[in-house]
Amino acid sequence: MSGDALLEVTGLTKHFPVTRGIIIRQKIGAVQAVDDVSFTLAAGQTLGVVGESGCGKTTTGRLLTRLLEPTGGQIMFDGRDISHLSAGQMRPLRRDIQMIFQDPYSSLNPRHTVGSIVGAPLRLQKVSTPHGIKAAVQDLLQLVGLNPEHYNRYPHEFSGGQRQRIGIARTLALRPKLIVADEPVSALDVSIQAQIINLLEDLQGELGLTYVVIAHDLSVVRHIADLVAVMYLGKLVELTSRDELYARPRHPYTVALMSAVPVPAPVRGEEGRQRRKRIRLAGDVPSPLNPPPACRFHTRCWKAQEICRTTEPPLAELDPGHQVACHFPENGAPEDSAPDGGAATGTSQAAGELS
Amino acid sequence: MADALLEVSDLHIHFPTDDGLVRAVDGVSFTLERGRTLGIVGESGSGKSVSSLGIMGLHQGTRAQITGHIKLDGEELVGASAARVRELRGSKMAMIFQDPLSSLHPYYTVGAQIAEAYLVHNKVSKQVARKHAIDMLGRVGIPQPATRADDYPHQFSGGMRQRAMIAMALSCDPELLIADEPTTALDVTVQAQILDLIWDMQREYQSAVIIITHDLGVVAELSDDILVMYAGRMAEYGSAEDIFDAPGHPYTWGLLNSMPRLDQARLDRLIPIKGTPPSLINVPSGCPFHPRCQYAAETNGRSETEIPALRPVGPGHLVACHLTSDQRRAARGGAARLEDA
Repeated sequence: MSGDALLEVTGLTKHFPVTRGIIIRQKIGAVQAVDDVSFTLAAGQTLGVVGESGCGKTTTGRLLTRLLEPTGGQIMFDGRDISHLSAGQMRPLRRDIQMIFQDPYSSLNPRHTVGSIVGAPLRLQKVSTPHGIKAAVQDLLQLVGLNPEHYNRYPHEFSGGQRQRIGIARTLALRPKLIVADEPVSALDVSIQAQIINLLEDLQGELGLTYVVIAHDLSVVRHIADLVAVMYLGKLVELTSRDELYARPRHPYTVALMSAVPVPAPVRGEEGRQRRKRIRLAGDVPSPLNPPPACRFHTRCWKAQEICRTTEPPLAELDPGHQVACHFPENGAPEDSAPDGGAATGTSQAAGELS
Repeated sequence: MADALLEVSDLHIHFPTDDGLVRAVDGVSFTLERGRTLGIVGESGSGKSVSSLGIMGLHQGTRAQITGHIKLDGEELVGASAARVRELRGSKMAMIFQDPLSSLHPYYTVGAQIAEAYLVHNKVSKQVARKHAIDMLGRVGIPQPATRADDYPHQFSGGMRQRAMIAMALSCDPELLIADEPTTALDVTVQAQILDLIWDMQREYQSAVIIITHDLGVVAELSDDILVMYAGRMAEYGSAEDIFDAPGHPYTWGLLNSMPRLDQARLDRLIPIKGTPPSLINVPSGCPFHPRCQYAAETNGRSETEIPALRPVGPGHLVACHLTSDQRRAARGGAARLEDA
């Protein structure tokens, strides 16, 4: 896998300083948005990053595209260390690394036509287009399933799903190798989400793209990702292949996250209700300004013991290719992970024993 | 059905605009009994929020043209005086909104806002109202309610704000609670907590609940009955079992097929609904779903000219579709095969 790794991230860390005072600025703390994140992504693969708000998934995406400079750690892109390149040094690399944004309403300039939005990267990078920029843009519009004749229209004339397609066309203009998509479908209606997900998959097959997809929706990530990273309060808590993660989640947080996803099937009677109750995490995600010591999940974890409050669990490879940062990982036994959501039931028993 | 708390029949809510008449809600009817939950599902612009605002009487003072009947406990609300609706709102019916931060006042403490809701409808002293507010905060699971009542909304987290909203909505023991996308702004683990809370509160207060959402999973967690709306019209209405086990409308099939699901094997490809939801000014003629419906051709052109009536396909299960039951069975069989593949 490391042989053709496109992206190698080691110990990636980003702390945002928190200051007080206007004249005499004092640093009084730091938001530890991303802390010691490492992974390797092969070309043509998709990494899904999941977690709740404030877990650092968006910051990770911004570090990978170098919209932010990391406080520590290293990002190797295509064999080159890009962690501390200057804006000028990054510019030629912007061709290879592009981003799709969440909100198709605020990420398109309302005063520019579709043609000028999608053509902007071509002009900025001074790409030579054999038949002119207009023809190139129209090809791109066709590629993402828009009518090329809409070249002269403005973003407000399009629906949310179509706008997201415009954003994707702009991203593809420079034929990037890596695309970081930050919540690409969460602002869209259910029936449109599937269209965009299919489009992203088709484009990946056609153009050999590598994706980092950031999402809070576990079912979307399961659909699109080959490799999944689960983050909690800036830390990577579990990293493994998609099939492995969804069949045998080992970190209690991943298990809780999965059991919290509402299932679109009717609840049958009181018994069904009890079965659905599964694991409920109490409270909210703590503030990343002042994260709990040692294991950051221990304040909400039903398995937490003394060691979780004193020693930070390292991200260890429990099974081949399955990394988990937990002192008391779920056993991940096959009988716990029956396809009918048995994994959740198994652990709710464990939760019941403790309470 | 004798004990129906809320009876909505043939509700139309239209907004005249410079561009034309927006038919936000076009002929919606349902009944809701005490202790039951109705889920209204639809995409943005399907009229689900507009209907609920209509029930709450929150279109008064706007240009909305409301016709039809909304009967709460036998009392007609369409055309009722603003003062009367205001009296009912909060005491007999209450609403929880999507974004708890923008629905709480930033300048008042959470406790004061809940106490105010109670004071408006009950002749009690401020001290009693405050005690009640603290009591309500405790019931919805806010730790140390007596101290937290003096906090401002910004000091609460998203989940706690939504709990405070629920406390406020339930402070006067309403018989009807409308929750409009109550968990859309929340993280999944917090969403699960809030859904459990709504469920528990309903058991405790025996109120009727309408939950409005675009998420079929959320609806499934709470609802007894489900109304699927499309372009302001009812597409399908039935019990949760009907909708999830034997859905009858191609739009419902599309919704169920297009979402990636954790409880089923992973599909290699999602099956999206083609096209985009229509504008409510230019609703397609005939069946509003026909431009996106893959079975439209089977109706011999009727779907383009004739608005399908809501017809029963089973006890209490209504579907607005031109397909005959045989065609539906055949089409659904095909869809099921697609799912298996």
